[in-house]
Amino acid sequence: MTVLGLVEGPLWYTAATVFVVGALWRIGGMLALPARVELSEPRASATAGAVRSILQHSLPRPAFVRQTAFHVVAGYLFHLGLFAFLLFGAPHIAFIKERILGFGWAPMPRWAFIVTAEIAFLGLALLWLRRLLDPVLVRISDADDRAGLWLTCLVMLTGCFALQETDESLRILHMLSVEAWLVYFPFSRLMHAVLFLFSRGYTGAAYGRRGIAL
Amino acid sequence: MSAVPDSARAVLKAAEAPDSRKAVAGFLAQVTRDAAFQLEACVHCGQCADACHFYLVTRDPRYTPIHKLRPMVKAYQRERAPFSALKKRLGLAPPEVTAEELTEWSELLYDSCNLCGRCTLVCPMGIDIAGMVRRAREGMVAGGFAPADLYQAAQRALDTGSPIGVGWPALRRQIELQEQETGLKVPVDVEGADYLVVLSSMEIIGFAEIIGALARIFHHAGVSWTLPSSGFEATNIGVQMGSRDVAAALLERIVAAAERLKVKYVISPECGHAYSALRWEGPNLLGRPYPFKVVQIVELLDQLAKEGRLRTRGKDTRRLTFHDPCQIVRRGGLPQAPRRLMNQVSGGFVEMPDRGVANFCCGGGGGVSAIHRAEKLRFSAFECKKRQVEATGAEALVTTCANCRNVLEEAIEQDGMSLPVLGLTELVAQYLEPDPVQVLPATNA
Repeated sequence: MTVLGLVEGPLWYTAATVFVVGALWRIGGMLALPARVELSEPRASATAGAVRSILQHSLPRPAFVRQTAFHVVAGYLFHLGLFAFLLFGAPHIAFIKERILGFGWAPMPRWAFIVTAEIAFLGLALLWLRRLLDPVLVRISDADDRAGLWLTCLVMLTGCFALQETDESLRILHMLSVEAWLVYFPFSRLMHAVLFLFSRGYTGAAYGRRGIAL
Repeated sequence: MSAVPDSARAVLKAAEAPDSRKAVAGFLAQVTRDAAFQLEACVHCGQCADACHFYLVTRDPRYTPIHKLRPMVKAYQRERAPFSALKKRLGLAPPEVTAEELTEWSELLYDSCNLCGRCTLVCPMGIDIAGMVRRAREGMVAGGFAPADLYQAAQRALDTGSPIGVGWPALRRQIELQEQETGLKVPVDVEGADYLVVLSSMEIIGFAEIIGALARIFHHAGVSWTLPSSGFEATNIGVQMGSRDVAAALLERIVAAAERLKVKYVISPECGHAYSALRWEGPNLLGRPYPFKVVQIVELLDQLAKEGRLRTRGKDTRRLTFHDPCQIVRRGGLPQAPRRLMNQVSGGFVEMPDRGVANFCCGGGGGVSAIHRAEKLRFSAFECKKRQVEATGAEALVTTCANCRNVLEEAIEQDGMSLPVLGLTELVAQYLEPDPVQVLPATNA
């Protein structure tokens, strides 16, 4: 077996298994905890509150637009750029078709791939700068925050190299970094990609039944 | 005074011998499913700091709301979180929570958090940080790390029925004075009344006019009501300090009074945390639904107005603004009712910037006003509220929480400002349409 075969074969499937099983295990572990029992008479629907909260916390509140502008802009640049090139980059679609779903969809042009990657890099760099310089973030950040950020940066960087398709080793490097990211994901704060639905939902439900749009 | 359960007494003894293991056990006991997701979801973006008045006035990163939860997060990640056993084995779990750490965090979890919930508005993960601080306080109390002032207030509440020691004789005296003032009888212990009025100690001692105001409004609207001679105090120090046992013991007295007098409704007074305790936490704390409904006084006045039973004449012509008590508006779900009442009795009602759910706390909620060592920080935090009020150019500030009112009055005085703080119920009572003059039938001479 070639190195690329190993990386895109057994190692890929191992990483993907850790990613899926680990994430499900973590969520299942939390769902297995006792539920909070609410006996007070509700004023409004908890479900509607949960849905509203999931949507509402995606955008800044008018009262906080000025204070949070930097983080919100940087966060959106990074996440929108990331999801755009992750889901619509030609090499990613080809990989998803071949290894995961068995079907693909129309990719974005190469120039758009590069632009979205640059947007994501810009967002990540701004988030990193803020984490380095803002006294609040310096106080509350830990090794997990830094590891998640650098690992993501590494995946994106090796992806840029691999995009050149000049050398197989660059693709191997990218796949290895992706696999490291997948293995790290369930044990880290990267899980916020899934957990936000639950935290927003539970808060929204708790306040929704009180008739509050939080 | 009803007997105090041993569990409530035991809570107070924890202060005599602080123990971090008990605190950790207390933290973990609070980790239900929803709490676990709240504790796991933070991405450490720090935006919550921008919503907290304690951080905004001091710029001290320690006051970042999510940072206040650190001991509880550590305890959870070490002992209860998925993969905690694996991480412990690999030496990757957080270290044990220490007594020194909890002593340091006592200031962060109590002095610098009003449980106001403003931070939740800004959190991109939607974490209910105030709700989690409320739960973390359960661990702090169990371990003996809550401020001494709160243990003492809880002791007084359990012994006398009031956190500041206001008993029935004091209330009876205030009732008598209000009866003289209004010429109306204040019903006490009337079995079968529709509504039971409970009060906060701050109202009884500081703003007793509320009793007369209620008497006038209910007489005007034809509401059947009563005050109880026991179980009349609604401030719940147990909810504020973080003790389910103390909170339940205090709530049980109100429920006993309501059941004894067979009322249909209990009116939560002008006190934010009383509403939170009585309306939302109460049934959960007691483990059973109430046999009556709880209605906040502003909610009831708004309902009476809608039904045409609260008729007013004239309006206050001053420029008035409204301070939203956090537990009644942001965390209580009643942002519009006080505004409708304000518009009914005020000709110059002006809103603050960031009104309603985004309003700043008075600085004294969540038990902070009862913590002596927190006084300086509390007065500093008033700066945010002051800026809001000054932006309106208001000549008087109206609110619907006696604790807010007291805290605001103290801060205003401390700041050298001159601004009256009014209670909304009293303001409404002041503009009630006079009763029709009784015309006696003409008699032939």
